[in-house]
Amino acid sequence: MASKTLYDKLWDQHLVRQNEDGSALIYIDRQILHEVTSPQAFEGLRLAGRKLWRIDANLATPDHNVPTTERAGGVGLIVDPVSRIQVQTLDDNCDDFGVVEFKMNDTRQGIVHVVGPEQGMTLPGSTVVCGDSHTSTHGAFGALAHGIGTSEVEHVMATQCLIAKKMKNMLVRVDGLLGVGVTAKDVVLHIIGVIGTAGGNGCAIEFGGEAIRSISMEGRMTICNMAIEAGARVGLVAVDQTTIDYFKGRPFSPTEAQWDAAATAWKGLVSDDDAEFDTVVVIKAEDIIPQVTWGTSPEMVVDVTATVPNPEKESDPTKADGIRRALQYMGLNADQKITDIQLDRVFIGSCTNSRIEDLRAAADVVKGRQVASTIKQALVVPGSGLVKAQAEKEGLDKIFVEAGLEWREPGCSMCLAMNPDKLGSGEHCASTSNRNFEGRQGFGGRTHLVSPAMAAAAAVTGHFVDVRELMSS
Amino acid sequence: MKNFTKVTGIAAPLDRANVDTDMIIPKQFLKSIKRSGFGPNLFDELRYLDEGQPDQDCAGRPLNTEFVLNQDRYQGAAVLLARKNFGCGSSREHAPWALDDFGIRCVIAPSFADIFYNNCFKNGLLPIILNDEQVDQLFCEVEAVEGYQLTIDLEKQVVVTPSGAEMEFEVDSFRKHCLLNGLDDIGLTLQNSADIKDYETRRRQEAPWLFDAIK
Ligand code: SF4
Repeated sequence: MASKTLYDKLWDQHLVRQNEDGSALIYIDRQILHEVTSPQAFEGLRLAGRKLWRIDANLATPDHNVPTTERAGGVGLIVDPVSRIQVQTLDDNCDDFGVVEFKMNDTRQGIVHVVGPEQGMTLPGSTVVCGDSHTSTHGAFGALAHGIGTSEVEHVMATQCLIAKKMKNMLVRVDGLLGVGVTAKDVVLHIIGVIGTAGGNGCAIEFGGEAIRSISMEGRMTICNMAIEAGARVGLVAVDQTTIDYFKGRPFSPTEAQWDAAATAWKGLVSDDDAEFDTVVVIKAEDIIPQVTWGTSPEMVVDVTATVPNPEKESDPTKADGIRRALQYMGLNADQKITDIQLDRVFIGSCTNSRIEDLRAAADVVKGRQVASTIKQALVVPGSGLVKAQAEKEGLDKIFVEAGLEWREPGCSMCLAMNPDKLGSGEHCASTSNRNFEGRQGFGGRTHLVSPAMAAAAAVTGHFVDVRELMSS
Repeated sequence: MKNFTKVTGIAAPLDRANVDTDMIIPKQFLKSIKRSGFGPNLFDELRYLDEGQPDQDCAGRPLNTEFVLNQDRYQGAAVLLARKNFGCGSSREHAPWALDDFGIRCVIAPSFADIFYNNCFKNGLLPIILNDEQVDQLFCEVEAVEGYQLTIDLEKQVVVTPSGAEMEFEVDSFRKHCLLNGLDDIGLTLQNSADIKDYETRRRQEAPWLFDAIK
């Protein structure tokens, strides 16, 4: 038998039908729904008089629009009327169609990409889709997972399948081990800096190598989460014991009777030794140090010890133009030191970095310190109600509040600012989210993407600083 | 779905790379639960000088007169010329809905982000990939000649310039077929229901834990 990559195996296992024209029908095991990209899909089903093909393949939770402040009053008290309608519409649609939903005030509610794995809804060897591009997150478990548009959400609801075309195989191997204070977020930002935001277009990227193997499931999720920022709809990490252990005892995990068979099947979810990739990129872990984005695209990223690029030194005119435009939007000067960038707000959260390990890393840095007086607001938004409960059990909430950060209810929050958490025009934000596009975190807002530890360090100093310096002191 | 056979219309040049879907339709407009009405907010932050709000009448808002789609010569544009990696970022299908609602039927660029590319076809919008030289050439011509129109012939898979020059493009045959005929994917897939059921029967044996767990 010809050797296969992990992606090849997942694809083959889900192939329902291969058409002569190269398109295929692939089976979808899991769909996660949220309030922003599902209403038009439910509406489409209704208009066509269709039902869900398989109700038990779906799970819903509102996340993008929910307020992260006090919300005991329920959906009816969401201040923004348009958000309220969207959250209410999700509740109504799930009730009508019989879909299991973790509603706004359920402790299991949270960001779709945090909730899915946490519940064991995402499983190794499954196909997972969601109307959200960061669905690539779930590939960390050896699942074939990608974001889809609303028409496709409706297609999966009605047929349990997706019309797809096979992607190319790309391997990004990170050799060696990461240094102290260097996190999964730095790894993925560094990778995007190397291959660019279109580097993975048309590909499924498998992240491999010793550094990836040594990273926890949380960290692997952070890396796969941002595969889409490298242009790849799919990010993957091969299954190992770390993966399998993660699923023990989760609500939707295989039952005890099924466990051994499942674990055995999962062990085969790795690329064969001699499998061929269309592209291979090799990166040395020792070259990676804490990263900071300075511009308006995730590929505009540098080491924290570096300076902001100078367009005059760029030979490619389109790139030079892009740098100029970004510097203007960001209000930065060419050759300015990254550590001289002053910040107005700090956001710790989002599906990239809002899991318990992220919160622990941030709490470690702020413990016994105070948020700098020049920082207007520093938010910590846990990824789910269960993450929040765990953090409170560990006392992390107290550490944050004592240091002057705000401790919030779970949701997407300032990652995309669809709820009231947003940046003012011209404000600089150290953010653990995944997109620094113009206006992403608020009209005119200036986002710098960093790891949770780096964001915490920025909160207590008021500017960027190499978090490793705070750790040794 | 709306079909697409042949379109002739004004081309408008949007000369920047990595245009993301947040730029195409900013998030505050995603709160609608409908598929239509996004046209007035297409490229909202580039088109207007103030910050747009949902449900606002855009007629009286201050326009950024420098923005290409606000210039007289590009009014009524049906074709958008763009640079590499167009449509990157969020998977929001509101992006093609907004382009369509505005009247754009076709986007030409050297490359597209995958999800956006896919979403276009579901909405009767045709994304065309041409190589860098061809796209450069079109940018030059469009900027030089007022009223410059392009014809897109999907059947023949060519972009025709006013001089009659033809540029061929690739399109997947299944997508082409659906677009030409305005076919609804769901209906087509449901014709294969038996295959889907067979697959499920097999899969239940191999991986029973993937069934009946979410209740
Ligand atoms: S946290 Fe941000 S990136 Fe993640 S799903 Fe929510 S809005 Fe999207």
